Amino acid sequence: MATHPQPRGYGLKLALAWGFVGIPLAWGIVQTLINALKAFQ
Amino acid sequence: MPVFSLLERERIVAPPGYSRWLIPPAALCIHLCIGQVYAFSVFNLPMTKLIAVSRSGPGDWKLTELGWIFSIAIFFLGASAAVLGRWVEEGGPRKAMFTAALCFGGGFLVSAVGVALHDLWIIYLGYGVLGGIGLGLGYISPVSTLIKWFPDRPGMATGMAIMGFGGGAFIAAPLSVWLTARFSTSTHIGVAETFVVMGVIYMCFMMVGAAIVRIPAPGWAPAGYVPPAQPKRLVTTQHVYVYDALKTPQFWLIWWILCLNVTAGIGVLGQASAMSQEMFRGRITAVAAAGLVGLFSLFNMGGRFFWSSTSDYIGRKNTYFVFFALGTVLYATVPYAGAIGSVGLFVLCYAVIFSMYGGGFATVPAYLRDMFGTRYVGAIHGLLLTAWSMAGIFGPVLVNYIREYNITHGVAKAQAYNFTMYVMAGLLIVGFICNVFVKDVHSRFHMKAMEADAEVEGAPVFGE
Repeated sequence: MATHPQPRGYGLKLALAWGFVGIPLAWGIVQTLINALKAFQ
Repeated sequence: MPVFSLLERERIVAPPGYSRWLIPPAALCIHLCIGQVYAFSVFNLPMTKLIAVSRSGPGDWKLTELGWIFSIAIFFLGASAAVLGRWVEEGGPRKAMFTAALCFGGGFLVSAVGVALHDLWIIYLGYGVLGGIGLGLGYISPVSTLIKWFPDRPGMATGMAIMGFGGGAFIAAPLSVWLTARFSTSTHIGVAETFVVMGVIYMCFMMVGAAIVRIPAPGWAPAGYVPPAQPKRLVTTQHVYVYDALKTPQFWLIWWILCLNVTAGIGVLGQASAMSQEMFRGRITAVAAAGLVGLFSLFNMGGRFFWSSTSDYIGRKNTYFVFFALGTVLYATVPYAGAIGSVGLFVLCYAVIFSMYGGGFATVPAYLRDMFGTRYVGAIHGLLLTAWSMAGIFGPVLVNYIREYNITHGVAKAQAYNFTMYVMAGLLIVGFICNVFVKDVHSRFHMKAMEADAEVEGAPVFGE
């Protein structure tokens, strides 16, 4: 089937969408790692 | 009503050029929120002190009463996924995600009323029943959408979403602790206010997912993707109707595969902290054990993405063979690690075990897709989640009762888990045997071309 070029602005949309879920997840993982490391000190 | 028409399946067909990489964030918006359920226990202790504040006093709730909130929520997760799976599949992902957001966020708000009035039944109804329905709808709603957008990498796609379910607790646990501390005073514990804030945040976050999600246009395929000319063994190009899937041996074999894999994992998941302290008395403290549990949770989350992505290359059946064979060896090795006093070997075994526990959850939607096609995979996945509910009862009961039996019969605490580990290894051998028997679904169960075309038209399907 024919492929369609992506409309302008999709890169920004993708970055916003992934940032929206990625930043909280990364924050949660960092918090967990900090707590895990504290436990071993 | 015009607003509700925005939720309809035909309104969310992606326009040409729409990037499929927007769908995993939509799915993660849902799964990161509902994954909060794994962190609900952080509220347990504050909720035992709502009246007396500084300690648990007369009239305060007991931990055993509060434990039912989680159990009811998990029960309704399985029940709603099983009962409403077909509605989710036919109504489309946006309608399901929207409803899940209302139920899950609403469950928090109702529970806030329960906390304010100090009525536990309102919390059972709020977070347990309403929230549990939100969990079930939210869990299955993005699965079939992702599978349709990623026909070339279904394992990786569903793995990303289900990884979010594992990761949700990482966000929820520190957020809950921080909010509760912020709303608490010397005379009041701020659980009700925390529930309100979390309910609103989760509802909004999930609504973003519902707004982003799209389904592919009929006949769409990713650029450069060429469907296999010949059907591959154990990967069907046909579709099986949801309730016809129940008549196939493959459904029940995969049901047992999931149930046994989860039973083994969930059984030791809740006991990891106590087990590590008792097996390595004096070497692993309570604080270090808590850190270990956090570490294992990271492996649980990472395994969801790693193993499901791996399954795209080595096949679903082979992935489960790895889970069962390697799992058997690792469970049997844990007592040896205790006997020789090797904390490192113990941690290594557990890290891989938990990665495979998460991997089992994340790989199963793609296994179902391979067996039953994409048309009703979400609904069939919903029915399969009853295996999780069952494992949630079997696993902890097995571990607790075997440990108790050993201790009352004079076995030292350090060795009390050994027999449990061998039992879990035995369960995985049974799972391995079930996996051996998984073959292609017989063609008599396949939907006829006309019936399957109903998917393309988006019309209600046969089978009434």
